[in-house]
Amino acid sequence: MEEILTLLEQDARLSPEEIATLTGKDVEEVKRIIKECEEKKIIRRYKAIIDWEKAGKERVFAFIDIKVIPKRDVGFDEIARRIYRFPEVHSVYLVSGRSDLKIVVEGKDLREVASFVATKLATIEGVTSTETHFLLKKYKDDREIFVEEKPNKRLAVSP
Amino acid sequence: MRISKRVRDIPPSGIRKFFDLASRMEDIISLGVGEPDFPTPWHIREAGIYALENGSTTYTSNWGLLELREAISEHLNNLYGLSYDPEREILITTGSSEALDLSIRALIEPGDEVIIHQPSYVSYVPCVLLANGIPKILPTFPEDEFKIDPNRLEKLVTDNTKLLILNYPNNPTGAVLDKETLLQITHIVEKYDLFVISDEIYDRLVYGVEFVSFPSLPNMKERTILINGFSKTYAMTGWRLGYAAGPAEVIEAMMKIHQYTMLCAPSIAQKSALEAFKLEDEVKRMRDSYDQRRRFFYNGLKDIGFDVVEPKGAFYIFPSISGFGLSSEEFAERLLREERVVVIPGSVFGECGEGFIRCTYASSLSDLKEALRRIKRFVASLEKSSTLKK
Repeated sequence: MEEILTLLEQDARLSPEEIATLTGKDVEEVKRIIKECEEKKIIRRYKAIIDWEKAGKERVFAFIDIKVIPKRDVGFDEIARRIYRFPEVHSVYLVSGRSDLKIVVEGKDLREVASFVATKLATIEGVTSTETHFLLKKYKDDREIFVEEKPNKRLAVSP
Repeated sequence: MRISKRVRDIPPSGIRKFFDLASRMEDIISLGVGEPDFPTPWHIREAGIYALENGSTTYTSNWGLLELREAISEHLNNLYGLSYDPEREILITTGSSEALDLSIRALIEPGDEVIIHQPSYVSYVPCVLLANGIPKILPTFPEDEFKIDPNRLEKLVTDNTKLLILNYPNNPTGAVLDKETLLQITHIVEKYDLFVISDEIYDRLVYGVEFVSFPSLPNMKERTILINGFSKTYAMTGWRLGYAAGPAEVIEAMMKIHQYTMLCAPSIAQKSALEAFKLEDEVKRMRDSYDQRRRFFYNGLKDIGFDVVEPKGAFYIFPSISGFGLSSEEFAERLLREERVVVIPGSVFGECGEGFIRCTYASSLSDLKEALRRIKRFVASLEKSSTLKK
């Protein structure tokens, strides 16, 4: 299973037939394992990694560190839930260190993100402070290197 | 200027022609290389940068860094239970190619016979000729999965036979020797008092079979020079770093040549290589990736209709092209000109390589897919023209 998942994580468009050849497994077995992983939500969904900057669509991302006062019984979960339900919010993580939650927010420009932080996030009960870091340049995301590196060409023929 | 007869007598490399042809063409897919498609793992490159910054730019001991020899000794012990004294039984060389040259030169008297199985790597015969030895060719065949036939080996032994060169996992066939065959070979080695150079550069790249290191077999350690290096396992071909391990007497003799001809292996490469043995996860990741592509390409060739032995090691596959009515050189040249796919004609690896081509599957999956598509089209055009002739 791990080998199939690793292959799909690299290239979600591989067909069950191709995966079967690559792993030396039976096609039906591969299909069964993938289906099972989908049903168990081990595979959450299939997506493409897109370089939006290259596509000419500028988007603004911000990493926001949030300090909160956890609530009795529910801890951080309730505040996290209030935050992750906003469609502007890409990711929400509970982290160790100086802040409690680290979230990623997307907007079409600086002002939109700033306004979201000021009016929606900072005002949530229990949030004591926010610290916003705007993303300036993406070097690597999801193991994909986004900056162009001149590939080193191997010789076409060698012994 | 008159070039020495010894050098004049060595035929030029058959690979050169393809290199020149391919370098003038655009949009080629190359399955013609003898190296990994991964760059050197970043941990090793980073160690190299640090070594440069730190000024590790001087000569090292002629033997190579003791720290590295100790690491190699430990590595060989962990993998194969071999115990080599890092101070006297291991020599760091400039690529395993140098270790090969040194070991042959250290052992061969003019007229000594050296048994070389073929198809095999292109350097063995020239290195023996340069040392005034006499190469004796032991052919291997697809029926035996390109393994050595011990009976055939024994028949080739004469009173003048001094040395046997082994290269498994094999370039270009991808063959791996099983333990039973290896044991039969050890009996012949003992019976006729031979010495062995075992080029085990692809030792970590075997798929679904066990690799047995030759000197780990009974009584073979004192009769074997083990050659290995960092190029294939750690994708470090351009760093030029290899090593030889064997009986102190032979290693010292090799070291004598090495100190006057090479002085020492590149210091930066040696420093960086210290990082390599810590990267077992990377080695596994790369091996798994070759294995996936091996299956993919092997199945692809079979689907096209090629007669092909499943390779069990290295990253080469050696399909037969004898059914198409072309020599392997004609086949490779036309495939390059007509479909822009580079493969190496099997004849480059010895006479018995005629009728085969070597393809390297250490290429991206998308390139392999496209190469299969082009090869299929090429083969179809050959079959069509041969039907027309009939």
